[in-house]
Amino acid sequence: MLRGMNLLEIEGLAKSYLDPEGRRQDVLRVESLAVGEGEQMALRGRSGSGKTTLLNLIAGLGLPDAGHIRIGGTEITTLSEAARDRFRARHLGYVFQTFNLLQGYTALENVVLGMAFGPGRDRSAAQGLLERLGLGDRLHYRPGQLSVGQQQRVAVARALANRPRLVLADEPTGNLDPTHAGEALELMRSMCTDAGAALLLVSHDEAVLERFDRCVDLSDINTARPATAEATR
Amino acid sequence: MTLLWIVGRSLRQHALSSVVTVLVCALASGLVLSVFSLERQARAAFTSDVGFDAVLGARGSELQLVLNAVFHLETSPGNIPWTLYEEIAATPGVDLAVPYAVGDNYAGFRLVGTSDTLFNEWTFGDDKSLAVVPPGTFFDSTRAEAVVGSQAARATGLKLGSTFEPIHGFSADSQYVHQTTYTVVGVLEPTGTPIDRVIFIPIDGIFRMDGHVLRGTGEDYRPDAATEIPDEHKEVSAVLMKLSSPRRARTLSEQINRQGTVATLAAPISGVMADIFDKLGRAVDVLRAVAFLVIFEGALSILAALWNTMNERRREFAILRALGARRRTVFSAIVLEASAIAVIGAALGYLLYGLVGLAAAAYLKSEVGVLLEVFVWQPVFAWVLPGAALLGIAAGILPAARAYATEVAENLRPTS
Repeated sequence: MLRGMNLLEIEGLAKSYLDPEGRRQDVLRVESLAVGEGEQMALRGRSGSGKTTLLNLIAGLGLPDAGHIRIGGTEITTLSEAARDRFRARHLGYVFQTFNLLQGYTALENVVLGMAFGPGRDRSAAQGLLERLGLGDRLHYRPGQLSVGQQQRVAVARALANRPRLVLADEPTGNLDPTHAGEALELMRSMCTDAGAALLLVSHDEAVLERFDRCVDLSDINTARPATAEATR
Repeated sequence: MTLLWIVGRSLRQHALSSVVTVLVCALASGLVLSVFSLERQARAAFTSDVGFDAVLGARGSELQLVLNAVFHLETSPGNIPWTLYEEIAATPGVDLAVPYAVGDNYAGFRLVGTSDTLFNEWTFGDDKSLAVVPPGTFFDSTRAEAVVGSQAARATGLKLGSTFEPIHGFSADSQYVHQTTYTVVGVLEPTGTPIDRVIFIPIDGIFRMDGHVLRGTGEDYRPDAATEIPDEHKEVSAVLMKLSSPRRARTLSEQINRQGTVATLAAPISGVMADIFDKLGRAVDVLRAVAFLVIFEGALSILAALWNTMNERRREFAILRALGARRRTVFSAIVLEASAIAVIGAALGYLLYGLVGLAAAAYLKSEVGVLLEVFVWQPVFAWVLPGAALLGIAAGILPAARAYATEVAENLRPTS
């Protein structure tokens, strides 16, 4: 049912951690989840629900204990770490809650960095992205010289810089006030639409979630025990 | 190229510590280059062909004799009779004998009384002879005339037609000014030898200089301006010689140094100087050891500078990984950064060496008349840069290993 039209397919995913006392704690058990090509989907997840763990597994930043994650037909759980890095560099974009811009890099360089490990550095394309996001006059500003909203736009530009097929966004508006959060979200969605990229966004902010046609509650699909998840978020 | 780009930005981001570490590496590299290269240069300069094979002088130290007669340093160890000069000049196997009589100076530059043999028969280097800058001439041995070495002329301002009164002794501070006025009739073309620092006058002028006493016979003899000086009263400070063969040098040395009691023969001149450098070898070894320690300290400073930034940079590495950088990319970036610091430092070290070398060369040229070829190729030039790169790589491995081990998810969490 999941195969064929979907860009992201997750089946029987499980992840646990060892706590400091040496006990294994379940954090994530997702039987199935799919995101179609170009689809924009939201995951509702409160703090400690395992949403960041899920996104990190999809991004190939870690491996699940069990289950499958296929992106564009590629089973990433069987790839080596280096192959997952390569895959991530070429096909995925990631927007973090705190943006995670490199402070020593200018806005333009941060976006160029988003291409560096994938298709290769292209300053003019990076500049074009920033200009589309209204930051044409801030290309050479460092993150510390930009407003929070501007930093968020740089983060979006960086996530889209490698022309990804899937953009993962972890509470991308969490640091913005409601007005700016709405603007930033629409900007991100329209940029993804323009780029033909699917968007998987996790948030606990209802104002954000209600803007999506498809919203899944993580607590509905994550069958891991809540207490464990809380401990390991 | 991406690695270099990342390294460039990292160096810029940590500009202060990068600059400080680069400077430490520059000092270390400059020191190594200076110690290794200048020691070889100095040895080469002092042991190179000075145009003479041997020096004959008063009984005493060969080194003092060579330093005094050839390099115009040190005081004269004493005089030998003129008859000994004539005897050695007539000895088979002595191709050329040039008498030197010293004891006076002008503005700190030595006056050397000699015969016109020096100008007419002596050759140095690739069969070059002394030449004066036109329209000058060599001195007339019967007149109070002087021929000035190029550097002495430049330093004292003496030029064609200048006159001066010699000062007694080797110090310009001496209170005793001789009453004879000498006229400069020629300025020598530069030779790149200690001769450039000498003012030559006729040897008879030294004999007859007021206040000078000749003791060729053992008795005091004060020359009279009107009369010829009998040869037995004359003395010379040294006789510089060209010999027919090294074997002749050995036999003469055997005769004069072992069997004789009056004079000392220093031969070969380069051998005497090489002995000194060999004896200084341990001191040079210590200097080299210090230079290596400073290099090691430079490598440690790179390690410390990078290590200290590792904590604050963990998020940076995690971000790079999240953007698709492989662990080995992050590892390589840190190693390359360490190596870049070392290599940039070493490159600046060459510049530093150039400055130190030029200063040393200028000092030696002005004080000893010896030319240091600071930029002549030396093996150390070839290995400092790659050596610095390797040390940088070694210094970067520990911090790079720490960066390699950075856990991405753990370090991407919000910090506030």
